[in-house]
Amino acid sequence: MSVFTLEAGIALLGLALLMVEAFKPDISRRTLGLTAMAGTALALVLLPFCGTTQPGFMEAWHQLDTLAMFYKGFALVITLLVLWLTLECAPYLTRFTLDGRLAEMFSLPLITCAGMMWMASARDLVTVFVSLELVTVSFYVLVAFARKSAFSLEAGVKYLILGALSTGILVYGIAWIYGATGSMNFAAIGEALADPATSKPAALFGAALLLCGLGFKVAAAPFHMWVPDVYQGAPTPVTAFLSVGSKAAGFVVLTRALDAFLAEGSIIGSEIQALLLVAGSLTALLGSLPAMFQTSVKRLLAYSSISHAGYLLLALACRESARFDISSSGIVAFYLATYLPMTVLGFLGLGLMRANGLGEDIKDFAGLSKRNPFLALLMTISFASLAGLPLTAGFLGKLFVFLGLADHGYWGALSCAVIAAAAGFYYYFKTILVMYTVEGSDTPALTISMASKVVAGALAAIILVLGVYPKPLQKVLAADKPAIAAK
Amino acid sequence: MSVLEIIIALPLLAALAVGLGAPARAASLGATFINLVLVLVSMVQYAGKSGLAFTQSRPILENPSLNFAVGADGVSLILALLTTLVMLAAVWQIEDRPNIFYIASLLIGGGALGAFLTTDVFFIYAFHELALIPTFLMIALHGRAEPAQRKAVAWKATIYLGAGSLVLLAGLAWVVLEFSGGSKLTFDLEALRNQAKLTPLPVEKQGQLFFLLLVGFGSLVSLFPFHSWAAPAYATAPTPVAMLHSGVLKKFGLYGLLRIAMPLLPQGAQVEWVQNALLLMLLGNILVMGLVTIHAHRLDDTLANSSVMHMGYIFLAFAAGTDIALKGAVMLMFAHGVSIALLFGLCGRMRNQLGTLEYSKLGGLASHAPAFTVLFAFGTFASIGLPGLSNFAGELMIFAGSFTGFKGTLTNLHWTVILALWGVVMSAVYMLRAYRGIFHGGTNAGFYMIDPAFSQRLPFIMLAATLLVTGCCPWLLLNLMKTALP
Repeated sequence: MSVFTLEAGIALLGLALLMVEAFKPDISRRTLGLTAMAGTALALVLLPFCGTTQPGFMEAWHQLDTLAMFYKGFALVITLLVLWLTLECAPYLTRFTLDGRLAEMFSLPLITCAGMMWMASARDLVTVFVSLELVTVSFYVLVAFARKSAFSLEAGVKYLILGALSTGILVYGIAWIYGATGSMNFAAIGEALADPATSKPAALFGAALLLCGLGFKVAAAPFHMWVPDVYQGAPTPVTAFLSVGSKAAGFVVLTRALDAFLAEGSIIGSEIQALLLVAGSLTALLGSLPAMFQTSVKRLLAYSSISHAGYLLLALACRESARFDISSSGIVAFYLATYLPMTVLGFLGLGLMRANGLGEDIKDFAGLSKRNPFLALLMTISFASLAGLPLTAGFLGKLFVFLGLADHGYWGALSCAVIAAAAGFYYYFKTILVMYTVEGSDTPALTISMASKVVAGALAAIILVLGVYPKPLQKVLAADKPAIAAK
Repeated sequence: MSVLEIIIALPLLAALAVGLGAPARAASLGATFINLVLVLVSMVQYAGKSGLAFTQSRPILENPSLNFAVGADGVSLILALLTTLVMLAAVWQIEDRPNIFYIASLLIGGGALGAFLTTDVFFIYAFHELALIPTFLMIALHGRAEPAQRKAVAWKATIYLGAGSLVLLAGLAWVVLEFSGGSKLTFDLEALRNQAKLTPLPVEKQGQLFFLLLVGFGSLVSLFPFHSWAAPAYATAPTPVAMLHSGVLKKFGLYGLLRIAMPLLPQGAQVEWVQNALLLMLLGNILVMGLVTIHAHRLDDTLANSSVMHMGYIFLAFAAGTDIALKGAVMLMFAHGVSIALLFGLCGRMRNQLGTLEYSKLGGLASHAPAFTVLFAFGTFASIGLPGLSNFAGELMIFAGSFTGFKGTLTNLHWTVILALWGVVMSAVYMLRAYRGIFHGGTNAGFYMIDPAFSQRLPFIMLAATLLVTGCCPWLLLNLMKTALP
């Protein structure tokens, strides 16, 4: 069995659930949710045993290298967690949906997941575009899912308008690139760009537009304005999905596109690299500095998610080190793998607080250590890791990014990243301190279901273990790209 | 499995056990006592050897090469002994306090042990950060001041130490990039040192990098002018945290300079502008902070400021860079750690019983608490540098070792030594004044204290005895070091 059957299976399962929902409206959401989770889990289990052979006609636009396999697994894991989070938040979410039902909340993530898995294998711009749209269109629906909440609708409209605009820019960029290089295929584009005869202004214009379009998707400055509003308005499970899944999808495409744009001898290599450095530094700063002044934790996490995108862009700007055997795509994959547990844990905590009738403001965290010490501890681990505390998973990824920047001598970008990280320490630890030192109101103790405790505890354990023992991710870090293999 | 791994893991596991509900006092005392025995046994085994011993390396990442590597030489063992001694005393003297006091003490001590006994730059840095966090939290949660004020103090310390750690991280990243030979980044200190021997940096660059590390490590040690967090933090911190941070954790910055900066950048401290800057800064520590200390009017302020001041002597040894001075620096690191922990521990007891530490309100305590007075006298005299107590050995070696190469004209270094000697006089002034004011003279009505029970005297007796033994027989420690630098 080859891997692409899994993607097809996930997509079919999504469609099937959609049909069941439509024609058998009295089916319980638990059944739907558990079926979706079972399907995803099965795919995740099967993934390592799948062969990487595929029919010849797919070779041209579909690849199954280590990186693709990693991102496929990544998409499955985050989808599984999001489905579970949706079930967990269901009692609260249904208050804001039509007829108090969750309906497509279980089928759409599956379809999104199939899109993300497909995108991980994309070898040309058409595949990228189609799979990206599959993901984005599903997200339009998911973001606005809480129909009766004005915030959710506002978020949905904002995301739709800006998303559509960015898609337009993306297509425009693809057209220019095709015009300049005569190909949609990344490898062919890379070769064409290495040819001095290719028109540099046209290629540069196209590549810049493409980066703008993708910049929207990964929330890179100056296209990051939608993030806080959309993250705040969207239902918490969807926010987690956007923050981890959508971002990872954007970065896998960026990794592939930059392989072409920054290939050996590329005529636009230095310009694109400068663009990445500037955008990355700006993103890190514009994410981190406003986060210091947020009062809502959900918005704070949104801004922090922007700054994480900044570090990832900076990692991409570093490419292969001149002296050391480290590839930027490996670092990005490593960073995202560590980013997943800590972000999901953070949003899970928020969702659990919401389910207990608490708000999402920093002041709602007051006295959390007394009301539920376990949840307070988990949130502390998540925030400490997001801040990049040593011995948590978040530290190593940042360290590699910083080392890469220093190795290339990008001192300006490095200073911006360090300032952003320092600000990150401030706002995360400010929130942690509120949990422990500020006396809360007399709200009763929080209750958490056993399943939540197990999942959240496991996520926290993963964060701590990866912080001390990241060896399981060694393969990811060494994600061998053709460029490295050739070297 | 290396014995060092057990030594590092024990306090951390004990902290975890206490967190999960094990009997706090028994678990903490048991773990720290076993640790002390293990360190002493390791020291006996190490005697006569040189280089790293008890090494063990567990690969964690292949590329970049990252290992959980432990190993100890004489200097690390001396600091491990300091940590276990102070940790045992700190845990022991806790009375009627929530479990978090035990957990925090064990975490700080365990983090410090990790930083001293691992040989991988990544873990050295990470363990130190691990130890810092409980320090901040304990000051903010249980500090001895109004909530608003202790939070402000905790924030100040966090910002200074956080910024210092970031500068340090930048410096260490530079070190790792500069000295990783071959095609793999490596964090292994031995490998970095070997590469530094093979391909030393140009002298000017060594100076720049050394200065960066000096600022980073220095702000952790309260090097002037990055010192202003220290005095309020120690004065506010709960007693075991003050003992552990001023006694042990602060020595991490010095240890880092001695283990990382000086061996990798052998000429860094001797570059003229770096040395002059260092001399100015350490004179700030000794003279400026000495004068500040003289003007303190509360015991905790005096102790906190004196602890900042005494760091100046150790930096003097680094500026001179001779073997004798550096050995003296290690000796003084140990002696200062023990004596300041003793003093902070006693100071905490006084605050509990008396409710005030103002000199103007206290007097004549010796008549009711003779044993307490004797113990305090040990700390006082050690701090002044009285012969027979171990601080004297360290200070003497530093001054003698630093005043070398005199050929008729006095260099900046010589002038600094001459000026720094006045610090000894200032120490005598403020410590003796504090001692006389608190324990002798007339009794103030309403403020008197009695001796603690014998079992509560034991931790302080242990520290005082350590000062006496290592003061009379400094060779016990000095023989462990063939050379101060690896």
